[in-house]
Amino acid sequence: MKQSIFQILSNTPLTDSVYKMVLSGDTSAITAPGQFVNIQLSGMFLRRPISVCDWDDSSLTIVYKVVGRGTAAMAAMEPGQELDILTGLGNGYDLSLAGDKPVLLGGGVGVPPLYALAKALIAQGCQVSVILGFNTRKEIFFEEEFKALGCAVTVTTADGSYGVQGFATTPLGGMDYSYFYTCGPEPMLKAVYKATVTSGQMSFEERMGCGFGACMGCSCKTLTGYKRICKEGPVMKKEEILWQS
Amino acid sequence: MAELTVNLCGIPLDNPVIPASGTFGYGYEFAELYDINILGTFSFKGTTKDARFGNPTPRIAECPGGMINAVGLQNPGVEKVISQELPKLKQCFHKPVMANVSGFSVEDYAYTCEKLDKEPQVGWLEVNVSCPNVHGGGMSFGTEPEAAAEVTRAVKAVTAKPVIIKLSPNVTDIVSIAKACEEAGADGISLINTMLGMRIDLRTRRSVIANTMGGYSGPGIFPVAVRMVYQVAQAVKIPVIGMGGVSSAEDVIEMMLAGATAVEVGAANLVRPYICRDIIRELPEVMAKYNIQSLSDIIGGVNHG
Repeated sequence: MKQSIFQILSNTPLTDSVYKMVLSGDTSAITAPGQFVNIQLSGMFLRRPISVCDWDDSSLTIVYKVVGRGTAAMAAMEPGQELDILTGLGNGYDLSLAGDKPVLLGGGVGVPPLYALAKALIAQGCQVSVILGFNTRKEIFFEEEFKALGCAVTVTTADGSYGVQGFATTPLGGMDYSYFYTCGPEPMLKAVYKATVTSGQMSFEERMGCGFGACMGCSCKTLTGYKRICKEGPVMKKEEILWQS
Repeated sequence: MAELTVNLCGIPLDNPVIPASGTFGYGYEFAELYDINILGTFSFKGTTKDARFGNPTPRIAECPGGMINAVGLQNPGVEKVISQELPKLKQCFHKPVMANVSGFSVEDYAYTCEKLDKEPQVGWLEVNVSCPNVHGGGMSFGTEPEAAAEVTRAVKAVTAKPVIIKLSPNVTDIVSIAKACEEAGADGISLINTMLGMRIDLRTRRSVIANTMGGYSGPGIFPVAVRMVYQVAQAVKIPVIGMGGVSSAEDVIEMMLAGATAVEVGAANLVRPYICRDIIRELPEVMAKYNIQSLSDIIGGVNHG
């Protein structure tokens, strides 16, 4: 973990409520896709945990949805403004288990961490399929970005206004995949848990106090003991999750 | 040369800064960030007789000037704390540590304290009779003078180490409870634990916290903490540890003027992980600004009238 100051390079809307923010700063603590950062905002006590969408040696990209006071304040920020950020939080996805053709399933604002993951999997020679699930056409983002990486992309919408009508799990039936990675709201994760025929990894969300393992605010029970979503998570393996299929 | 040392119940501290229980784990998360041996000491995660998962999530809520937590004393139980956590702690912290203990019966408190009494690295026992987040235990011992005294006597009977009773602010007369603990043999008083609070999500019309209520901490409770530390320090002869919303070197000095011998820093650790290191670094400069040569000289030094 590292605490450092980042400067906003750009902050642009991707949809009515989803924004992409690119920042420059020290990214050396970020070691794996699926990790998150924790952002201090003026006038708010708790930091806001946001997943890492992408990073390189000197820049960090986050994609966030405006859901409350904190993210609304972020949406109003301008390039040049500085943010105090804790980086390198959480375990991130384990790429070594992917096999040759993993499938990535993202639901809504669960899509962003899959971007750096797809990039890393392609770099290690995987043939990557991506399913992006949204409620409706105007909420879709990142379809082109994943295609540009070389992924086979399927978009689903719950109302059928674009792509395949249904959920992120709908196209899974006809697919041949070696492993899965997913991030999205909990009902979607449960559906992925049931629908998938291989092992895989899921990224979880919880309200956090610190984001680095000190407060025990985000604990959960797993088949391999109590875990902190912020420290031993947010990514859990399917085999350790306590849901019954 | 600024003198930061204080004496807490017979054990010298290099400085009065102590990370509070529940905000510092068993130390090693923070030892990755800075050398935690610069601290006066720290109070480790509240430990109970048996292992506890704690409350369902969400356990955390944002508040103006702080946060609510309802963790519910998650800990591996005293046996595992001794066999697994303390050996790891020993690797990164070489000073006497403060063992924070909670219980659900007088016997629980005595059992856990007796075990921890045998650990050489434990300098003080901080006995939490004030956790707002567990039903039928914790705080109920801290809201009645006689119950708090009974826990104090039971713990004193099983340990020779200094016993510090950690009190709840969720009472009408904190002084009577502090005095009852002192009369029962307590070596020190620490206060304040969190204030019982609640937030409601307007969209779902449910409490943000799964356990409905939780403990409010952070800078918002600082004035209440200063007031209660002042009241208790005026009434007892034993040392008082002040805590509640402390976030700066100035806050440490204010707490000490109110009557605190040492000062715990809680919620601030969670959002500013280097805060205790920074406070210790800044203390000499802030002391100079207010013409303070030695911190022990200012304990209870608030002027009256």
